[in-house]
Amino acid sequence: MALSPKEYDRMTKKTAPNSKLGHNMLVAFFVGGLICTIGQGVLSWLLYLDLPADDAKTISSMCLIFLSALLTGLNCYDNIAKHAGAGTLVPITGFANAMVSPALEFRREGLILGVGGKMFTIAGPVLVYGTAASVLYGVILAIIR
Amino acid sequence: MAVKTGKYTYLLENTPSVLSFGSVGSKKESQGPLGKYFDVINPDSTFGEDSWEKAESKMVQISVNQALSKGNFDPEQIDVAFAGDLLNQCIGSIYGMRDMGIPFIGLFGACSTMAESLALSALFVDAAIAQKALAVTSSHFCSAERQFRFPLEYGGQRPPTSQWTVTGSGACVVGQSAAAPYIKAVNIGCIEDLGIKDANNMGAAMAPAAAKTIARFLQDTHTRPEDYDMILTGDLGQIGSALLLQLLGQEKIDITAQHQDCGLLIYDRDAQDVHAGGSGCGCAASVLCSFILPKIQKGTLKEVLFIATGALMSPTSSMQGESIPGIAHLVHLSHSKVRKGVE
Repeated sequence: MALSPKEYDRMTKKTAPNSKLGHNMLVAFFVGGLICTIGQGVLSWLLYLDLPADDAKTISSMCLIFLSALLTGLNCYDNIAKHAGAGTLVPITGFANAMVSPALEFRREGLILGVGGKMFTIAGPVLVYGTAASVLYGVILAIIR
Repeated sequence: MAVKTGKYTYLLENTPSVLSFGSVGSKKESQGPLGKYFDVINPDSTFGEDSWEKAESKMVQISVNQALSKGNFDPEQIDVAFAGDLLNQCIGSIYGMRDMGIPFIGLFGACSTMAESLALSALFVDAAIAQKALAVTSSHFCSAERQFRFPLEYGGQRPPTSQWTVTGSGACVVGQSAAAPYIKAVNIGCIEDLGIKDANNMGAAMAPAAAKTIARFLQDTHTRPEDYDMILTGDLGQIGSALLLQLLGQEKIDITAQHQDCGLLIYDRDAQDVHAGGSGCGCAASVLCSFILPKIQKGTLKEVLFIATGALMSPTSSMQGESIPGIAHLVHLSHSKVRKGVE
């Protein structure tokens, strides 16, 4: 059994089934699209109620975040995401789920080290590099203007 | 006394017996094909506790108490306990065994721990340094997820190679030769690493270790796969099992007719959405103690090689990009004391 890691890697790749990429992308497209349509629906409704555009945009985002957090707490979000994949991950709802799920999970370790300390374990990198990227682009924009 | 044959195998001359055994599972395990064989099923996976770690410790207590009560043993009669689980510092076993007053040896062999603890129990009894020894392991889906992967409510998609950690525990009391199941031999495995880094494909990481251990045992004992009714691996799952057959095939060893895997037996893979199958210390332990040992006792299975397989990584080594070392230990269980191969 003098198999090299490279040969074994090839054997493993041949044996392991791939994710159903086409199917996954299709479900992600429709669920992601549905979430965005709901967001757009809320926005249109708020604008119809004569709210200023900036406020309406913020409130519609907040609605989606609230819904995502609620569904996470009701043990629904992960069951939808199991099928939807990137469809539930990419919109703002995925970010809310990434914050709420560790907060729930690590509640047992206390409010400080558990909820407080672990809440950002998944979303933390997005915040760090998102903020860093926005600073970088801000500087670039300031220079080319 | 145990006699070493070849480089890796110990023949147990006094053929200790598994005197009694207990198994416990939860809802998902009860819905699987082996659900009806478990001693205790609690559909509430918290087991009435307020943390998943405590729930796992509760399962350890339940399986140990089952094994003890089925054999009419008191904890004081047990000379030594070998126990382990997947949690950091083996807290599942430690808190589960805390109040039992049994001399305790904590083991970490990841999912191979059931074979490891059973092998050590058998060696202790065979050498007559223990009258009765206890082997117990456990795993809990929820405590494993939060330690190794994501929070339970996190919305992620599991790849088809991933496996589902079994919520269960199994315990065996090993004692001097009395009745089947007998333990005829044990084989201590070496750490094998063929560079698999994907923590979602642990079957592939463990298959080389299982292949090596099986090949070495057959060589050490001069036996062939046909000499056994069942060659049972712990939790290779669908991909690991396929790789095991290929790896042994390269050595001209064909175990296709005898091979079964606890990770494939415990769940209905398609109906229960467990992807490549079950995994965890509790997988091999609960399948062995619920489904396999009674069959050996009755004689419907006569010669069984039980090879629990472990992926020896930690969350730290995974994050640092290290590959996953695998290990596999083997225990030869039998309905009779008569030996084939090396005497």
